[in-house]
Amino acid sequence: MKLDKSKIKIFSQIGMRASFGMVCLELVKNNNNLMVCTADVSTSAGLDRYRKKYLDNYVDVGIAEQNLIGVATGLSDLGYDVITTTFSPFQTLRCCEQIKVNLGYMKNKIIMVGLASGLVLGELGFTHASIEDIGAIRSIPNLKIISPSDSGELFKCLGSSLNEKGSVYIRLTGGANNKIINHDDYNFEIGKSIELRSGKDVCIISNGQIISECLEASTLLEDDNIGCSVINMHTIKPIDKTKIREIALNFKLIVTVEEHNIIGGLGSAVAEEISQIGANTRQIFLGINDSYAKGGNYVYMKEIFNISSKKIYQRIKNEVK
Amino acid sequence: MNDNKDYLVEIKKNSKEFRKKILLMSYEAGHSSAHIGGAFSSVEILSTLFTKFFNYNKNNPADPSRDRFILSKGHGCLVYYSMLSSMGYITKEELKTFEKNGSNLLGHPVKNQELGIEFSNGSLGMGLSIGIGLSIGYKRKVKKNKVYVLMGDGECNEGSVWESIMCAPNFDLDNLITFIDNNNFQQTGSNDEILKNKNLKSKFENFGWEVFEVDGHNEEQLLTTINKLNLNNKKPKAIICKTIKGKGISFTENDNKWHHSVLTKSNYEEAIKELENNEIG
Repeated sequence: MKLDKSKIKIFSQIGMRASFGMVCLELVKNNNNLMVCTADVSTSAGLDRYRKKYLDNYVDVGIAEQNLIGVATGLSDLGYDVITTTFSPFQTLRCCEQIKVNLGYMKNKIIMVGLASGLVLGELGFTHASIEDIGAIRSIPNLKIISPSDSGELFKCLGSSLNEKGSVYIRLTGGANNKIINHDDYNFEIGKSIELRSGKDVCIISNGQIISECLEASTLLEDDNIGCSVINMHTIKPIDKTKIREIALNFKLIVTVEEHNIIGGLGSAVAEEISQIGANTRQIFLGINDSYAKGGNYVYMKEIFNISSKKIYQRIKNEVK
Repeated sequence: MNDNKDYLVEIKKNSKEFRKKILLMSYEAGHSSAHIGGAFSSVEILSTLFTKFFNYNKNNPADPSRDRFILSKGHGCLVYYSMLSSMGYITKEELKTFEKNGSNLLGHPVKNQELGIEFSNGSLGMGLSIGIGLSIGYKRKVKKNKVYVLMGDGECNEGSVWESIMCAPNFDLDNLITFIDNNNFQQTGSNDEILKNKNLKSKFENFGWEVFEVDGHNEEQLLTTINKLNLNNKKPKAIICKTIKGKGISFTENDNKWHHSVLTKSNYEEAIKELENNEIG
């Protein structure tokens, strides 16, 4: 699917959740086989127009996520292209065993879209902030995980996921007015990372909307003559092993930045690969340090977990000195 | 009525065959044990369904026009494998591989299209949701396939079961027929001892289902009930089958030690002898 400048701009203004609903509206126009299943979150997922217009391509099971995955599995078995969606904790942990058995073990195909993952719902507390989803889903065989960097990338990866064999978990992060990471149309491939910025001294590997903080940090570092590469590792599973090996052999310092527990997420996936090649490099894990905290808005949450642009900048500057 | 009489003889014959196959697999499993009690309690339900109602193609387990069956109480796989064997999908030789290393026939069903095993089960409380998804799909595609689900009463402890029971009536799923094997036992005791779950009939009715209650070992009641189901009244159906755990062999009936147990050679021979001596009337 192609992106144009106006789409990129609108998507960025409305954020990933509302963009998701718009993308579904676009997808169903050419795919009568599409079935979007929700657990009473149509408004939160930007699906209200979709729900009114395409009732035959829509199923709402109410607030019952275990049943959601089961119903979606039955529909998938009949050949529907099934997308499920609800808030990230309920899309993953609440129905984790249904995901394991129905999608991992039996290999039925569903695209699961986890809304508002990471820290953006910090004001609502850690029932809604989602810092464990990748770790849980990553341990289940036969699933792919993508965390798009901006709404445009969500548009790209949702289309690609429908063409993939097997289930995909798409993790949405950030709020409305999110930062545009990809300003023009580009080639998106599941499992293939994208180099957003190139520098010699340090390599930041990240994904999701938190990449915007990494890019700002890299600009600050450049001002201090510290060359900084930034890699959009949008696919956490299967991870881009080739790129990670190349990075490990070329950089003395690698920094992974994620809106997730540092256990089980992107940093872990990167470390699992690096540890096998015996490269002369060091990895710093920036993310949620295996703890819960008092809540607050997105800016506050990024600050207290040391993944705001300034905190990333300071940490890397201290390490490079 | 004559027609029904012929079917009744056939159903009883098949029930006997199912029990023999269940015993054979249990014996072959040896010390890895087998879920015997809950398989025996479901025999008449499945033999009635298979003999008279279930639409399948013996040459193509994936025939798009087939009815669908989901064994939500996955530990009852012995009776499921017996039915699939009678359908021609699993050979008697393959039945003997039950629970052996590398077998396709494990102690809970593992999805295998060639063998007619539609879904993997074993973790309780998941099958009805899948059945609902299939039923919604067939309705929206305007297809006549029927979806049958077999659950256990112990399985109804799971919260996810009640999510699906609440869900089904919202979608007018008159193509969904759920049997509940109500044998009053679960793994470590009677339902009353572990978690009381009485009045299943009124519970389902209050959730909006059309509900029938039958003696789950009475082929005539099963036959008549399934025969009269109204498949156009927009209501999902629950058939609560009052059953006896371990039914059919005197030493296994209502003895919960046969929930999951080793069938020795002498047990096997005694059970087969008892079955052979039972005339089919």
